[in-house]
Amino acid sequence: MTTTVLATPPFVRRHAWGQFWRNLRRSPATLIGVVILLIHLLIALFAPLLAPYSATALDPGNALAPPSWAHPFGTDGYGRDTLTRVLLGGRIALAIALLAATLAVLIGGWLGVWFGYVGGWVDEIAMRVVDAFISIPGLLLLLLIVTTLGSGYGVILLAMLISYTPGVIRVARSAAHEFTPRDFVTAARARGEPAWAVVRRELWPNVLDVLLVEFAMRSSWMVLAVSGLSFLGFGVNPPTPDWGLMINENRSTMALGPWATLFPILAIGTLVVALNLVADGIAKAVGLDRSRGAPT
Amino acid sequence: MLRLLIRRLLLSLATLWIVSLVIFAATELLPGDVATAILGREATPETLAKLRTELGLDRPALVRYGEWISGVMQGDFGESLARRGQSVGALISERLRNTLVMSLFAALIGLPLALLLGVISGLTRDRWPDLLISTVSLVGMSLPEFVIGALLILTFGMLWAIFPAITLINPDAPLRELLPNLVMPVTTLVIVMVAYIQRMVRTSLIDALSSDYVQMATLKGLPRRRVVLAHALPNALLPAINATALTVAWLVGGVVVVETVFNYPGVGRLLVAAVGDRDLPLVQALGLMGAALYIAINLIADLLTLWLNPRLRTLQS
Repeated sequence: MTTTVLATPPFVRRHAWGQFWRNLRRSPATLIGVVILLIHLLIALFAPLLAPYSATALDPGNALAPPSWAHPFGTDGYGRDTLTRVLLGGRIALAIALLAATLAVLIGGWLGVWFGYVGGWVDEIAMRVVDAFISIPGLLLLLLIVTTLGSGYGVILLAMLISYTPGVIRVARSAAHEFTPRDFVTAARARGEPAWAVVRRELWPNVLDVLLVEFAMRSSWMVLAVSGLSFLGFGVNPPTPDWGLMINENRSTMALGPWATLFPILAIGTLVVALNLVADGIAKAVGLDRSRGAPT
Repeated sequence: MLRLLIRRLLLSLATLWIVSLVIFAATELLPGDVATAILGREATPETLAKLRTELGLDRPALVRYGEWISGVMQGDFGESLARRGQSVGALISERLRNTLVMSLFAALIGLPLALLLGVISGLTRDRWPDLLISTVSLVGMSLPEFVIGALLILTFGMLWAIFPAITLINPDAPLRELLPNLVMPVTTLVIVMVAYIQRMVRTSLIDALSSDYVQMATLKGLPRRRVVLAHALPNALLPAINATALTVAWLVGGVVVVETVFNYPGVGRLLVAAVGDRDLPLVQALGLMGAALYIAINLIADLLTLWLNPRLRTLQS
């Protein structure tokens, strides 16, 4: 009889990835999201080659010029080409958001599954700390960290991790709880497998779909958060082009040259809409409810 | 029931206590310490030592935490670093009213509107009213507050100058003068809030409508209106309450950005100024207040859920 227990597959995948791709491709909204997102990523990658002008060179004589053949998106209050700055302006926010989201999901995912499996007082204490971090409203925590450590890309990345990892821990933990009472986990434990092996081989593959949704959602929140910080003046420093910063710099001259504000708005809007469409699509494809509310 | 209540209350207090530790720890992480932060480049070893004794920085962190937290519990948040001689409490209370008025208006308009739109889109799932509402929501959710604010300023502050583009009044101006300045900030908050909550209400209503008890009620021959209002809606709103609390608490961050966009004299702009000056005591006080508000709103939401859901009410432990 013991042989039949041992013969159970080491883990069950809830969704075959083939089915996942089929589900993903079925939704036109998701496809639109994927296409827009790819365009954004390509532009971010190749922006230095595409940009027609210098992003930082000042040209006061040509300030606030309306869109023309020479400057399709017009120029800003310093005479800098808006198209150039829009092309280059998403790179830092995207890079920080994608890197931070990857790290947050990997670190938070492992920790969450681990706490969910181990349980007991370790889990209890860890969850209180996680709750405490979640309780400090996102932007307030970011600003507290920036006040303490100063600004700079490293600090912003760290701040994003501190703000967004606790939420992933919570989600991964409850996802793991769905599987800890299952037979294949009990069997692994009965075989005498150490905790790390159970987490790695039995639980981790089963929570990957939940973590994928988390990654997509958190990327979009982080893009918003980084550009929000830049808008407030604590993110990307001038004269580096960044959409959040550009919107802040140009809003005082918005009545004279609305293009300098509207094009960065269009850029950030399409990027986050695309990220949200993709996140929605992934969530639907793995059968999860994504409308859980505001960023935590 | 009573034990559950007490347990929930104690958990909230424990969380708040850990938050206070986390926020205080920021002082310890400061490169150098508060004294070097104040003196900056003018610091000499002598002045540093003098200021440290003056501020009590030479004592152990635990003692300083004790002093800070007991002060906070008596409503004393200490002195501002950047604005020497002014207490953090006075700086905040001067502007707190403005922020509260703005948030209250946003919640009073936003919550019913979000509920209504959520129910409409849930009932007309995948038909044109739902598609329209959900698409607008998606866009509203994807645009940061400062973008929505900037677009409103461009449209209603500049193209058609109906409302003041930015607020140019003192923090202590009477409410009557404040009102016209409130329209656009409140609209911005409402747009973001409605976008999030509408999506949640829609999903949970669709879930409820596809449940067995709703099918049962329909099969019993109850009119559609009654099925929706008496059977589906109460159950759909339960999960929405907690999610709504999260969104409302999240608005705390939104308020900071919105106040900056519109130059609105509230606590949010004070916070941005404080971060710019690296005025740690002020940032810590506002962070702690934000967290306390978040915890309180979530506690209320939990209690409300408990009170509305008979299954949870009778639950032991």
